[in-house]
Amino acid sequence: MNTLVSKLGWFAFVATGTFAFAVVALNRGEPVGALWIVVATVCVFTIGYRFYSKFIASKILQLDPTRMTPAYKHNDGLDYVPTNRYVLFGHHFAAIAGAGPLVGPILAAQMGYLPSMLWLLAGVVLAGAVQDFIVLFISTRRDGRSLGDLIKSEMGQMPGMIALFGTFFIMLVLLAVLALIVVKALAESPWGTFTVAATIPIALFMGVYARYIRPGSIGEVSLIGFVLLMLSIVGGQYVQEIPSLAALFTLTGEQLTWLLIGYGFIASVMPVWLLLAPRDYLSTFLKIGTVVSLAIGVLIISPELKMPALTQFVDGSGPVWSGSLFPFLFITVACGAISGFHSLISSGTTPKMIRNERDARFIGYGAMLMESFVAIMALVAASTIEPGVYFAMNSPAAIIGTTAESAAHAISQWGFYVTPEMITQTARDVGEHTVISRTGGAPTLAVGMAQILSEVLGGQAMMAFWYHFAILFEALFILTAVDAGTRAGRFMLQDLLGSFIPFMKRTDSIAANLIATSVCVAGWGYFLYQGVVDPLGGINTLWPLFGISNQMLAGIALILCSCVLFKMKQDRFAWVTILPAAWVLVCTLTAAWQKIFDANPRIGFLAHANKYKEAVAEGTVLAPAKSIGQMQQVIFNDYINASLAALFMLVLISMLAFGIRTILRARALGNPSAREAPFELLPLESVSRT
Amino acid sequence: MLTRIASGFRYLGQGMRLMVGMPEYSTYVAHMHETHPGQPVMSYEEFFRERQQARYGGNGKVTRCC
Repeated sequence: MNTLVSKLGWFAFVATGTFAFAVVALNRGEPVGALWIVVATVCVFTIGYRFYSKFIASKILQLDPTRMTPAYKHNDGLDYVPTNRYVLFGHHFAAIAGAGPLVGPILAAQMGYLPSMLWLLAGVVLAGAVQDFIVLFISTRRDGRSLGDLIKSEMGQMPGMIALFGTFFIMLVLLAVLALIVVKALAESPWGTFTVAATIPIALFMGVYARYIRPGSIGEVSLIGFVLLMLSIVGGQYVQEIPSLAALFTLTGEQLTWLLIGYGFIASVMPVWLLLAPRDYLSTFLKIGTVVSLAIGVLIISPELKMPALTQFVDGSGPVWSGSLFPFLFITVACGAISGFHSLISSGTTPKMIRNERDARFIGYGAMLMESFVAIMALVAASTIEPGVYFAMNSPAAIIGTTAESAAHAISQWGFYVTPEMITQTARDVGEHTVISRTGGAPTLAVGMAQILSEVLGGQAMMAFWYHFAILFEALFILTAVDAGTRAGRFMLQDLLGSFIPFMKRTDSIAANLIATSVCVAGWGYFLYQGVVDPLGGINTLWPLFGISNQMLAGIALILCSCVLFKMKQDRFAWVTILPAAWVLVCTLTAAWQKIFDANPRIGFLAHANKYKEAVAEGTVLAPAKSIGQMQQVIFNDYINASLAALFMLVLISMLAFGIRTILRARALGNPSAREAPFELLPLESVSRT
Repeated sequence: MLTRIASGFRYLGQGMRLMVGMPEYSTYVAHMHETHPGQPVMSYEEFFRERQQARYGGNGKVTRCC
């Protein structure tokens, strides 16, 4: 009887999901409510979690609830602590959620909401969550070791080094693209710039407070900081209205770039308690709070989707970024579907705190579904904006010009209804001078969020507040990531260089630290500057490079997972990681190849370089260059970008070769050869407790 | 019922602190008393500083994502 009820229940669930899908996908011309997307998403995720992740957990990985976990084995009350599964879920989710899942779907919305939605749902259930879950499992069975270590022990020393090397470059591209998003959001916006600048003194005050005045009072200091942040948003409006102050905080993209580079350097050599830690408190809590309130807002008002299900830009001629649906949609959507970066988190602090192996499914697979849900929310927010306004905000000035009239004219010709008044009215609503060519995704998300949140709370009058709240929330965690990422990059670099120059390995040496920090900052600063001056908006170059590098890491992690499955003698189930690995590899390699060799200068770096070379030969100067010298610089940048894409391809192909070698060796052996920590029984009282 | 709500809030607080890398101090103290009796136990302030340094002072550890 019970099984019958359960079967009927699941049947009803599948039927609901299918119906929601039909509404979303087949309804042409009539507006679709966002609620249908949410219903379809929840159904797909529940079914995926209940059936697919259970299949992986019990049939393939054979999670053993009696097996020792690192948290008990190495329990020290600090790094290794057996932790409640819900508490750990929160920790893990907070660590994997960032700007990626928010920005990716917004940029991808230029092809309509349907392709992104389908890839988000299919990608996360079959690839992204599988990767996070299995890497977490692998690390938990191996004393909570890191991805680099796992690759070294399961695949060999050389692949481990290659993976570390690749990770360092991902870090640089990631930091550059994140910083670019901030620059694009704050350029020429005194309100936004003031609010974000105010976070620095607020964080410094919080740092001193939590160290000397009331040591260790995280909750209290975060509350104080939050109140001060809200005041700074209100204050920003006054700054904007007073001309002398407004002039002080009205900065061009280039000025902001230099400020950010300087900030990145100083912040990453300061003591951590002073700036980094307190701002991390703020950004983490704000991130969770905002994501939850956005989800509640979407559920309450179920906004109408104004973006069509598909636009004509699936052919690759889109203004936001160029390249056709395959492979570039899969590169652009990024973290919400699959993110290689998560493999670093899943082999970081989480496996050291897992109380019981069985929890790996809920935490690894479940938290990634949640992240994908955040991405769906971002997609909804972008799709509720009038498409004409969306394109006005996200197309580079080189295509639509700099005035509302020129933008409306250009966008109307693509077949989207928009008037100059609609564009200026949007800017007025959110309290900005202009919204034209505010590329990078963050301002678009902020407009979408402001529309949704102001409908729930505060009405039209609060829209400007919510807009700047959303900008602040994104800038805050991006700045934290820039700071923390530069530190992490510095250590990676010292580790890598240390193999050749022993002096660089000394992390206690101030000179070695400063050198490594400078190299890191110069690395991401170079790409950032190049992106800011790019007439096509920078995102067009950097976001695909970021997507390619992130998916390259996902490919590496999935290759590792496949190797481990073969070593566990689970050959017949290895398709669970081989299929997503193959798909990620095909997308990444095709995208990288096209970024290098495509004949269209908007896509291919070499074609772009040739275009500038020909112009130099004819003695003409093309924007953004103002002299022949700058033309040479553009050509040089193209070669750097092309080499980077080629490097990513090389890393991936060599990892594939090492993976195949490992698998062939494992198959030749008659017995399992995975290098797990030896089996031990979990202490009895902890088994009964879970 | 009340105790369940109370424990729910306790977990929420624990979860939020752990999100910024701060495990339970009481768990640490209990662990030190049970497993390493007689050894010095860090005060809350020392514990707070140690954990902060461990999370952010990093040794190349990546504690957050894009």
